[in-house]
Amino acid sequence: MKTKLKAFPWQEVLIPIVAVFLALLVGSGFILLVGENPLMAYSVLFRESLGSTKNIATTLQRATPLIFTGLAVAFAFRGGLFNIGAEGQLYIGAFAAAWVGFTFDLPRLIHLPLAVFAGMVGGALWGAIPGYLKAKLGVHEVINTIMLNFIALFLTDWLATGPFHGGTWVPETARIKSTAALARLYPPTRLNTGIYLALVAALVAYLILWKTKRGYELRAVGLNPTAAEYGGINVARNTVIAMALSGALAGLAGTEQILGLHNRFILRFSPDLGFMGIAVALLGKNHPVGVVFAAVLFGALQSGSAAMDRLTAVPRELITIIQALIIFFVAAEYLIRKMLRLKEEA
Amino acid sequence: MNKVLEMRGIIKQFPRVLANDQIDFDLNYGEIHALVGENGSGKSTLMNILYGLYQSDGGEILVRGNPVQITEPRVAIDLKIGMVFQHFMLVEPLTVAENIVLGSELRKGPFLDYKQAVADVERLSKEYGLKIDPHAKISDLSVGLQQRVEILKALYRGAEILILDEPTAVLTPQEVDDLIEVLKTLRAKGTSIVFITHKIREVLAVSDRVTVLRRGKKVGTKATKDTNEQDLAEMMVGRVVLLRVNKEPAQPGSDVLEVKNLSVKDPFGNLRVNGVDLTVRSGEVLGIAGVEGNGQSELVEAIAGLQRAEQGTISLNGVDITNWSPLKIREAGFGLVPEDRHRRGLVLDYSVADNLILGLHGKTPFVHHVGLRHEAAIQANAEHLVEEYDIRPSLPHQLAKRLSGGNQQKVVVAREFTQNPKLLICAQPTRGVDIGAIEFIHQQVIKQRDQGAAVLLVSAELDEVLSLSDRVAVMYNGKIVSIMSAEEVTEHKLGYLMLGGRLEDYQGEGGNGHEN
Ligand SMILES: Nc1ncnc2c1ncn2[C@@H]1O[C@H](COP(=O)(O)OP(=O)(O)OP(=O)(O)O)[C@@H](O)[C@H]1O
Ligand SMILES: [Mg+2]
Repeated sequence: MKTKLKAFPWQEVLIPIVAVFLALLVGSGFILLVGENPLMAYSVLFRESLGSTKNIATTLQRATPLIFTGLAVAFAFRGGLFNIGAEGQLYIGAFAAAWVGFTFDLPRLIHLPLAVFAGMVGGALWGAIPGYLKAKLGVHEVINTIMLNFIALFLTDWLATGPFHGGTWVPETARIKSTAALARLYPPTRLNTGIYLALVAALVAYLILWKTKRGYELRAVGLNPTAAEYGGINVARNTVIAMALSGALAGLAGTEQILGLHNRFILRFSPDLGFMGIAVALLGKNHPVGVVFAAVLFGALQSGSAAMDRLTAVPRELITIIQALIIFFVAAEYLIRKMLRLKEEA
Repeated sequence: MNKVLEMRGIIKQFPRVLANDQIDFDLNYGEIHALVGENGSGKSTLMNILYGLYQSDGGEILVRGNPVQITEPRVAIDLKIGMVFQHFMLVEPLTVAENIVLGSELRKGPFLDYKQAVADVERLSKEYGLKIDPHAKISDLSVGLQQRVEILKALYRGAEILILDEPTAVLTPQEVDDLIEVLKTLRAKGTSIVFITHKIREVLAVSDRVTVLRRGKKVGTKATKDTNEQDLAEMMVGRVVLLRVNKEPAQPGSDVLEVKNLSVKDPFGNLRVNGVDLTVRSGEVLGIAGVEGNGQSELVEAIAGLQRAEQGTISLNGVDITNWSPLKIREAGFGLVPEDRHRRGLVLDYSVADNLILGLHGKTPFVHHVGLRHEAAIQANAEHLVEEYDIRPSLPHQLAKRLSGGNQQKVVVAREFTQNPKLLICAQPTRGVDIGAIEFIHQQVIKQRDQGAAVLLVSAELDEVLSLSDRVAVMYNGKIVSIMSAEEVTEHKLGYLMLGGRLEDYQGEGGNGHEN
């Protein structure tokens, strides 16, 4: 009877998969509405996102920042915190990385790690602020992270057009030195070594959460703060730490975008990557492994959408609808459990 | 046909746990049928099946003679089955009337017909003699009254079969007496009742028949009048049970806990502990008796560092620990079995193994010096404690929330006791625990005492206070009104002091008191 094996949580995995399936099903209704064959449209989508090595590379490139922001949201969530501020942390991290990138002249072996580190620290500090406000003053993190998103946007707007303007007519900073750039892996796609960083980040997040004393404390605070307090766990300190680490992960998303893609800080470069992180975390059930898969799925949808738009009558907005539907069905977990008669483990 | 309910050969298999193994259970019209058995013996599971919360893996259910498939609670409600859970399902900011009619189609246009709701509740409360104010807010009601609302809610939905899962575990002795009267009234009106409890006294006081389960199997059903305390205890546990604690006289040593002039306020600024002085010596059990809500919880939380002391000092072995962090107090040699295991004592979504290291999770051997968890040590600790404290099922990886209530309590007790603290506070240590486990926990408390721990016991169970304590303090309205040695105490005297009487005015027993 003394078994060490934990049963595989197949229900946890099944529900997101069913949610995706349902979303595609409902999405095909929309495709019919514009007079296309859903099977056709989806096969184009599939082919263009995963059908060749090049397409897979593009998909992974799209997935990379989503892994980071998904991890950021998931990590905070495990600590009982709802980090809506990944977007702001991403911008601060991105700017910090860019600044190190264009300011210093260093050998690659030092310059690149330093830039990455700066991006992490920038995001961490920006995340720690709402953590600290929550811990010390009890102000809810949702409000603070939203406000800090705006502050981060305007702050970086000003930095990139004011003191650090690159001198061209475009609102962006100078280019980073090549010694700070993440190497491209599969030109002409923009897939870069950031993907390795993202996978390592997922592994590290997993190890912190489940294999360290810190993770034990963070999750206990997230699950039952009163019991955590009773167990001698400092709830305030863990709140700040959870937000800082979450911010660091979001900062890495911005870092990858700058050092791997844009090679300079461009005003408002992020297509809501921070907010997409919320969806990715939700679909990935706030587990690092789930987040990686969810990010790849979202990356695939995005990378295939342009081609679908081009080759069929289906507009790329369909992808936005499908993403929304996925989230809808994941949130409607109760419905799915009922459909599958998964009642008793609830 | 005089059976309102028959369950035949019910089987329920959870992953790795056979919770119900071919159980037969029936209920006569207008009967109170007590369902008893050890923690984890399958009582709640059986009743959850009846209420449609779980699906059985075998067996059949007949209601009023007809075979039925109870696939969800709505089906049960349509069959006039009602259930009152141990954790109430009331909407706190709403009124009594609103809660009772919630979910039924009592509308006037798109709105709730509140007048009609109040009228219905008043009629119902008169009919069954269940006094309640329909306009009161749930959050303002005592636990006993909230439970009454739950019962009314079930009756409002037409329940003729009423299931009560451990209704008395959360009640004060006075509220228990009230509930027993209510159940008798309901029975007189023809309601059939299933009554789950761990207290044999209650079984004998109110039930017509009693069914005993053990480890998922039915041991037997008896007419209550054909049985007695010892007999039932043996049926439940499967061996002779000591209903009294055997202990040697205490050998108290030096002062371990010293509380001086302590005052504690609740979050709303009300003074809950008002200038308490208290000393507990090593090798003795000091019991605090008192009706719940007289400041005991705040006293305990302040000693544990979980609530701020406004005034006064707390010292442990001569060291002033007033307002230290909970961790530092623990490290100074303190253990606490908290009164509310779900709020304080357990992370329900953690495994048993992880719960067994809460508070020790940062200490060797459970963590390597770099902050990594030492999984083997955590596992070994869990296997050892699960065995020693007979926590069932003996699966360290099981989530705490999947354990029965009594086994959850054993997890907390196991964790706190094995640290061999110098000061051990036990608040309601046997709430919801079966008699076998109560016996075990009581023995462990005495063992801690004999090893030299100072034990502070807070309990709403007078029996428990009387049988474990070497000295007894009574707390009333935030103050310790009197401290007596165990020999001077009688249940009657305690009852008098707990309700605010003064020792100087105590007249002795007025004839009908019961001596223990
Ligand atoms: N959802 C579940 N998943 C797995 N096992 C469960 C689940 N619910 C209950 N069990 C197991 O089934 C057994 C019976 O539990 P049940 O809650 O019916 O006991 P009980 O008689 O009500 O005990 P108690 O007196 O402590 O409340 C226990 O071993 C318990 O751990
Ligand atoms: Mg139970």
